[in-house]
Amino acid sequence: MTKQIHLAAHFPGVNNTTVWSDPASGSHIEFDSFREFAQIAEAGKLDFIFLAEGLRLREQNDRIYDLDVVGRPDTFTVLAALAAVTERIGLTGTINSTFNEPYEVARQFASLDHLSDGRAAWNVVTSWDAFTGENFRRGGFLAQADRYDRAKSFLATAIELFESWRGDEVVADKDGGRFLADPHPGAFAHRDPFFDIAGQFDVPRSPQGRPVVFQAGDSDEGRDFAAAAADVIFSRHSTLEAGQAFYADVKGRLPRFGRSRDELLIMPAATFVLGDTEAEAAELAQEVRLAQVSPATAITFLEQLWNRDLSDHDPDGPLPSVDPVVGENTIARGRASVRMHRDPVATANEWRAKAEAEHLTTRELIVEVTGRQSFIGTPATVAATIDEFVQSDASDGFVLAPHITPGGLAPFVEQVVPLLQERGVFRTDYEGTTLRDHLGLPLRDRDQGARTLAG
Amino acid sequence: MPDPSSPLHLVAALDGAGWHPAAWREPAARPTELLTAGYWTDLAQEAERGLLDAVTIEDALNLQSDDPFTPDDRTDRVRGRLDAVLVASRVAPTTRHLGFLPTAVVTHTEPFHLSKAIATLDYVSTGRAGVRVQVAARPDTAANCGRREFPPLDRSTAATGQLVTELFDEAAEYVEVLRRLWDSWEDDAEIRDAATGRFVDVDKLHYVDVEGRHFSVRGPSITPRPPQGQPVVAALGHAEVPWRLIGRSADLGFVTPTDAADAARLVAAVRAEQSAAGRDAATVHVFGDLVVVLDDDETAARDRLQRLDERAGTPYRSDAHVFTGTPAQLADLLADWQGAGLTGFRLRPAVLPDDLVQITRALVPELQRRGLFRTGYEADTLRGLLGLTRPANRYAHA
Repeated sequence: MTKQIHLAAHFPGVNNTTVWSDPASGSHIEFDSFREFAQIAEAGKLDFIFLAEGLRLREQNDRIYDLDVVGRPDTFTVLAALAAVTERIGLTGTINSTFNEPYEVARQFASLDHLSDGRAAWNVVTSWDAFTGENFRRGGFLAQADRYDRAKSFLATAIELFESWRGDEVVADKDGGRFLADPHPGAFAHRDPFFDIAGQFDVPRSPQGRPVVFQAGDSDEGRDFAAAAADVIFSRHSTLEAGQAFYADVKGRLPRFGRSRDELLIMPAATFVLGDTEAEAAELAQEVRLAQVSPATAITFLEQLWNRDLSDHDPDGPLPSVDPVVGENTIARGRASVRMHRDPVATANEWRAKAEAEHLTTRELIVEVTGRQSFIGTPATVAATIDEFVQSDASDGFVLAPHITPGGLAPFVEQVVPLLQERGVFRTDYEGTTLRDHLGLPLRDRDQGARTLAG
Repeated sequence: MPDPSSPLHLVAALDGAGWHPAAWREPAARPTELLTAGYWTDLAQEAERGLLDAVTIEDALNLQSDDPFTPDDRTDRVRGRLDAVLVASRVAPTTRHLGFLPTAVVTHTEPFHLSKAIATLDYVSTGRAGVRVQVAARPDTAANCGRREFPPLDRSTAATGQLVTELFDEAAEYVEVLRRLWDSWEDDAEIRDAATGRFVDVDKLHYVDVEGRHFSVRGPSITPRPPQGQPVVAALGHAEVPWRLIGRSADLGFVTPTDAADAARLVAAVRAEQSAAGRDAATVHVFGDLVVVLDDDETAARDRLQRLDERAGTPYRSDAHVFTGTPAQLADLLADWQGAGLTGFRLRPAVLPDDLVQITRALVPELQRRGLFRTGYEADTLRGLLGLTRPANRYAHA
């Protein structure tokens, strides 16, 4: 059977994918940018918009990192405002489970779900760094080994709170004088090594019961966490083969948690560059890559792997001959990506071999290893490629990250979406009202998820 | 100090179906819609129709109860609500001039999170945000949040008094963190300098380095300085300890006078705290809180309150004076209390929307006739409406 594609839009973020130097690039803070972005996505009938989060400005060499966009609004607050200027599109926010507490986050998501008529989603992320913890009164950082345990406990606790109201408590019978059918609604009690809370939740059950849950981790633990409790995985595997391997692995884990294959969607992040011809698209893509990886940015990427100051290195020369400093990354802080360099010396050797074989300068090598777009071509080839990825089980769709704020999504919506609609693989209008409807996800039992996580 | 002969400022205090516990049973009440965006949008737009300065939105990190200090199992009252900051943010884009002062509990939350939330409310409302800070001493609130344990509250004991004093001191430190984080980006920090590839001038981003008794927060904020520079900070106070918070930290204090003489006493008390905090040069508004039951004639208003009380089972008691009468009589009272030094009022409609509509469509025209209220919005920001200038950034060097 032909699968229906799910598409979402990632508001251009605080990273070098976002090209702020382009004359078309607008504000990353003003609400008008968010409004325009969300309305473009909704015009394209996309499933949801997605906001990332970082709770401390990133630093490199002990200075605030200033080569990318810096600054962003508060996730919950901007999503609530976007609910006022959109009608159907889902509103997905990244909220950290390390620097928050379940009661507050649960009432914020339940409130957002009410205020958007059932369009809220939560991308649950974890963090362990003391660097970010310096912004919080609790200090709040964890041993790396504990971060998934706390995240699991956090999510399970939040689900208990979401589910603490059944949905039939408020009767509001004016004549009979009975507002509540239950004298003690929202009762909960949760005790584990991370959270010891009990009382009454104060937000009645929201339209979706609970927000749609996203997970972005890629480790074995992260995949299990997603298979146990998430509705959508936001993954980074954007090639066909890697996508298929990841898809098979994660979907294969679901039965262990008592879930069927259609209960978890896999949506990798993807970038795109469109042109009238393949050649034009390729040329534009190269321009975008060079804008994303300036000479100064290339050096900072190099430093992140090498874990040492390379400010004197020539970006147009070969890679450094000195090896990376192994151990805790002290160069770049507040950045998830540096954790991915698990064996910096081996990666450096791979990069050197590639640079030598392909005669690449440092900057050209960095462009190749960090700056590649997922989909480059004419609208027709991009539509065909996306469809192929989905039909061949490399994903269930994509979270598109345009490189221009706020208008960068418009060419995709105007040129690619209609082709996907013609193919019969993407909706021509929203069929339901909630995000869960758009994603085709079943409503979850009140206890499912919390129980799985606890088990 | 605000000039007492200037026009009054008016804020409407929104809470559930209204402040009277039987409000939800009134014919025009919408008790099944209290958790919908449409309900709050209608209320905010009504407030804006009446040219009000702002609305406050009540909140707490616990289920409502009749007694402010302990939970109950009542089924005949409105229970359940939404996060006030998110309600304000949901409604702000549907209005153009009205200010928003959502309540935020500071006892159990992170100033870093609230700072960026209110900064963002300021962005989505293009300069109309503020926050009403509230402490939460209830043990059940603490048990919900799980970070700390509080003993049962008993106003007569020294332990409760000590705890409350401690929490208000913490609140003052919290507001200091908010304010520093709002200033942690200079207004022109974003430079987008293509020549050097620099998006921001890092010399215009500042660590706030609060190392207080209750917090250590490094900064800078992740959100740039909001449009107003400093969103408006408000607090309600019934006694010396919260008045001290208003004097030290707030732009706007709400007090609960019983008559004009009491209003004069409360204004003096807040001014004394303002002075003690070394803020004589700052504009600090002191607004009187009133619960209002308004009708076209006085008997109808009294009858309405009586009907509400009968339905509630007990006569309504409030921390604030309950005014029952006509909009013209209320205008007399407001003018009288203004003479005692109040610069505005926070009116708590007993019933929504009924008493809000009485405020916007009867009280406001009456005040306008007397030259006591604006006839059009004179500013685009909440600070502007309150006569507060956009403050210089504490970290900027000329």
